[in-house]
Amino acid sequence: MSQVNRLSGGQVNRNTELNFRFDGRSFKGFEGDTLASALLANGERLMGRSFKYHRPRGVLTAGSEEPNALVELRQGNRQEPNTRATVAELFEGLEAKAQNAWPSLRFDAMAVNDRFSNFLTAGFYYKTFMWPKPFWEKVYEPIIRKAAGLGSISFEEDPDLYDKGFLHCDLLIIGAGPTGLAAALTAGRAGARVILADEDFRMGGRLNAETLALGDVSGADWATETLAELASLDNVRLMTRTTIIGAFDHGTYGAVERVQDHLPQAVAEKPRQILWRIYSRRAMLCAGAMERPIAFADNDRPGVMLASAVRSYVNRWAAAPAQQVAIFTNNDDGHRTAADLIAKGVNVPAVIDVRADAPAVAGTELLAGAEVIGTQGRLGLTSITVRLANGQTRKIMCGALAVSGGWNPNVHLTCHQRGRPQWDAELAAFVPGPDLPIGMTVAGAANGQLSTAQALSGGATAAVVALNDLGVAASPIAVPQAEDAPIALKPFWHVRGGKSRAWVDLQNDVTVKDVKLAHQENFVSVEHLKRYTTLGMATDQGKTSNMLGLAVMAELTGKSIPETGTTIFRPPYTPVPMSTMAGRATGKHFHPTRKTPSHVWAEEQGAVFTEVGDWLRAQWFPRKGETHWRQSVDREVLQTRKSVGVCDVTTLGKIDVQGRDAASFLNKIYANGFAKLPVGKVRYGLMLREDGIAYDDGTAARLAEDHFVVTTTTANAVLAYRNMEFARQCLWPDLDVQLISTTEAWAQYAVAGPNARKLLEKIVDADVDISNEGFPFMACGEITICGGCRARLFRISFSGELAYEIAVPTRYGDALVRALMAAGEEFDVTPYGTEALGVMRIEKGHAAGNELNGTTTAQNLGLGRMVSKKKDCIGNTLSEREGMNDETGLRLVGFKPVTDTDPVLAGAHLMNASGAVNARTDQGYVTSACYSPILGSAIGIGFLKDGANRMGERLRAVSPLEGSEIQVEVVSAHFVDPEGERLRA
Amino acid sequence: MMIDHPLLGLRDAQEFTYLGDASLIDRPDWQAKDAQDQFHDYLYLRDNPAGEHRELWFHETGDRSWLVVTRNTLTHEISKVELARDVARARGRST
Amino acid sequence: MHKLKPISALGAAQPQIDQIAGLTIAERSDLALASIAARQGQGEACMAAAQSWMQADLPSPGQGHLGQTYSCFWMGPEQWMVSADQADHEDLASEIKQSFGATASVSEQSGGWCRFDLKGAQLGAVLERLCNVDFAAMETGDVSRSRLEHLGCFIWCLQPGSEVAILGPRSSAGSLHHALVAAARSAL
Repeated sequence: MSQVNRLSGGQVNRNTELNFRFDGRSFKGFEGDTLASALLANGERLMGRSFKYHRPRGVLTAGSEEPNALVELRQGNRQEPNTRATVAELFEGLEAKAQNAWPSLRFDAMAVNDRFSNFLTAGFYYKTFMWPKPFWEKVYEPIIRKAAGLGSISFEEDPDLYDKGFLHCDLLIIGAGPTGLAAALTAGRAGARVILADEDFRMGGRLNAETLALGDVSGADWATETLAELASLDNVRLMTRTTIIGAFDHGTYGAVERVQDHLPQAVAEKPRQILWRIYSRRAMLCAGAMERPIAFADNDRPGVMLASAVRSYVNRWAAAPAQQVAIFTNNDDGHRTAADLIAKGVNVPAVIDVRADAPAVAGTELLAGAEVIGTQGRLGLTSITVRLANGQTRKIMCGALAVSGGWNPNVHLTCHQRGRPQWDAELAAFVPGPDLPIGMTVAGAANGQLSTAQALSGGATAAVVALNDLGVAASPIAVPQAEDAPIALKPFWHVRGGKSRAWVDLQNDVTVKDVKLAHQENFVSVEHLKRYTTLGMATDQGKTSNMLGLAVMAELTGKSIPETGTTIFRPPYTPVPMSTMAGRATGKHFHPTRKTPSHVWAEEQGAVFTEVGDWLRAQWFPRKGETHWRQSVDREVLQTRKSVGVCDVTTLGKIDVQGRDAASFLNKIYANGFAKLPVGKVRYGLMLREDGIAYDDGTAARLAEDHFVVTTTTANAVLAYRNMEFARQCLWPDLDVQLISTTEAWAQYAVAGPNARKLLEKIVDADVDISNEGFPFMACGEITICGGCRARLFRISFSGELAYEIAVPTRYGDALVRALMAAGEEFDVTPYGTEALGVMRIEKGHAAGNELNGTTTAQNLGLGRMVSKKKDCIGNTLSEREGMNDETGLRLVGFKPVTDTDPVLAGAHLMNASGAVNARTDQGYVTSACYSPILGSAIGIGFLKDGANRMGERLRAVSPLEGSEIQVEVVSAHFVDPEGERLRA
Repeated sequence: MMIDHPLLGLRDAQEFTYLGDASLIDRPDWQAKDAQDQFHDYLYLRDNPAGEHRELWFHETGDRSWLVVTRNTLTHEISKVELARDVARARGRST
Repeated sequence: MHKLKPISALGAAQPQIDQIAGLTIAERSDLALASIAARQGQGEACMAAAQSWMQADLPSPGQGHLGQTYSCFWMGPEQWMVSADQADHEDLASEIKQSFGATASVSEQSGGWCRFDLKGAQLGAVLERLCNVDFAAMETGDVSRSRLEHLGCFIWCLQPGSEVAILGPRSSAGSLHHALVAAARSAL
């Protein structure tokens, strides 16, 4: 019994038969089918169960607005919930499951909800599951979530690829129906850069679904001819299977192209979908219109469909929804459906038209002034009950009912910039308002021009206007003769007096009664109505239901529809998979990785790496036999302090500052003075925010009168550069100073330890004097090394040891680290990573990110005297505020545990030796802590109230988070070489 | 959003970093008698207009220009874009 | 010649070349780079220095100059990047500084950037998956700095429609290269 309802003709390829499975059963369809059309052709109307009441549901529409026929497509890690069967293209081996049904689609146990529907009305959850309060999270919500819902996800990683991209055009045309095609041809022939996007896999829109002629050819043939010409134009890009999901600011549009969704499996390395960002100079919305249903009792049975969808299935896909199809309409358009069905040989028992003066229809009985008041059939429609104009009722046997309540222009994208649609009384529908997104025009049915002739000429004319606006000369194409029927519609929203529920929002199971209840309970604003009843808040955004809900509400409040209000729409137009939003930025490609110049070498050494922002830095270098990171780190620290160590410090920000006024510029951005720094010297500098809080520190080396190299912390390299450009361009625009980041241009290594000089002497060229006299502490210079390689040498120390930082152009960085290690072999040199670097700077009491934490002032850091009062610099005025100059305020000090074996925890708060432990008695906090292999115990530094005057005092360091409390002694933060003798040696 | 860069034409706002009110250009005189009050107002008091707003944007992944963008905060309409350096000079800032 | 052997931005002795469906992605490690920034009020003097040094103007915003020995492009207001063959111009910055004197600030940039040259008839289809630059509208020498793989990169048109140089931060060469290759495989 294959394809019992397949008709002749249509745009399916009968030469390619496709096998597919739905809910465990096998079927056949053709290439060109959607899952929905193939199921209908096979006589299957039941396609899912509803969200809340688990009612049997079939397909309502033939497009992306479908609220009912949602399925789980594919299996395993490609399982894809909530896929609309109406847009899922059939492919060989397609496997789909019905959702929200257990144990089976035909017998769904949860359909019992339907029996209790009187209790499950709007606001039910809010009213019923109020108490006991803790039950909501643990008991009620999980049960409700399990019972009510749509598809399920696989919880596996998506194996497919997704891409992103950027496109540019003069004119973006959204929708390739008659309007869009006429616009595209007009603009294409004028030579403009055009993108024509359509969500369907076959362009043409309603031309493919109707039997109307354009000139002397069919609509579908005209579309094919037009598309062939467009495809031949280099300046036109045709994008099928592409949904414009959002209209963003200034002509930017989001689009999702479903590149391979129609294939059984995506080709390796090719994207399944692409998220495009389209930059358009002008855009035309040619998205057509959507037919709307009429609400009546039990209008949700499988077989009740929109009349236009029935025409689509019959004409385009050659699939009849049933052997007998009745029509229920309030306008002439519904009559077309009858004519098309009859032409295809489908029996139409009657056309029920609410208009008393409805025109006659050939080949079937017209029931003018009649209304459908009920339907029958457990899993699919078997008959309808009609109340005739004379008040009598009649039962009509039919397997499908085609319903037309008129058309709603597809205004969604006009609302994405908060534009409000306007009511058009003649159409009884909302049309685009005046507040369109910048650069957008609307044409054709989307603009309320509902006839084919209006669409064609409207599209061509609007394209000319848009192009003229851009200075492109264009003339409208000669549009073929086409149908131009006037609107003949009687606004009619729902049938009154039915006994059963009449459905408004099929996806969220909202009925006319729910809307009434909301009104009774005073939820009269449309926005409140939506949220209380969930009307229009499902994945379809109420495309087929919002208007109906609004009309019912208007009736209840006694206001007109425009007075009642309208809801606007948000992006995305249709649901977008999270994978598509992520694109290629997944896993380790989530953000770019920055590698240091010594990365290859460090990998060879077996270094363990850590992420510092985007940088990968060596954390420590384990040696044979070391099983715990502490062993490696302790060794690196001890070896550096005993002999010499090498560390890659390239990640520190480096900014080249040049110009006659370079020194005065630095004077303004640093709290301390730089004007008098001699050439060949380096100075430590502290940067404040304008509010006086310290935000970064580093050094500035004066290479020439008019040339400095500023270093920043790794974390603040970008921010410091941005702030310096702000100071240069916005605050002191006439200073002669030029900036450029050179962070990446120089590979820089710290060489630290008592043997640092001896090691470097083997590297620098013979004419370079790096003796203590010739190159003292805080000296800098441009030198050559290794036989003529230009380099920069800075005698600065973060570790507290005799230390240098040496820089070469980055491409030589790998060779330099190898040269340093080779030269250091006789000193048993060790490379050290960020952990040892951290230990040594804590031992030396140097502030870093933990101390420059956005709350601390220069005074807190013990650097108060550095802030110059004799010059204008960022932050100095406000750092003089009283509250920031509290003599007994927080000061940076060190902490040693009273018991050597106790750990010191960063983040621990300091409390007096006895007394309460709470925020009021808080004395400060530990910012950084580590194990010091030199001292043989844990140590910490941090901020303590009046810290400078509390040396030797015993405090408690408590960490309620870690459940720890230890006794510490307050000491100087400079645990190692407090007099600085080593670094000057 | 698209920002019409005075030198480069329309550029995607993605390339920019936003700072805020363009009044940050008008940094007070540190030697004024009421310098602290002036700096307090400069740093902490901002208008928050529903409508036209002059604001600072940094073309961070572009040409590193600071721009003053006049933007309607309700509609995002951008009516004017200037190089901040020119604005600063016009407002009397120098060295 | 000194004893330090350079490595490419991708970390190898030789630059990497990939061929993907008619597109060549070639890492360039043979170029020296330096930036020129005109000193305050020295724009014209700078321009004159450029004329006598490389017989070309420093380019206008969004543009570049492709020369025999020296090529350059606009980076920002009164700021340019110059490239030349590294073998002959190892210390390009000093060379420029000597010619420009006090009219400009010059900074060594050789190590700051990695460069990939992309060539092929379908190049546009690859670039549109990578960055928002309107490559179809670019003419020879045109340059645009924009985001590519979250990185600020220069997109420098060498041949309209078919050849481009992409300069990105050197430390992220691996990520940038991965993005280029992935986009080429995806689009071609």
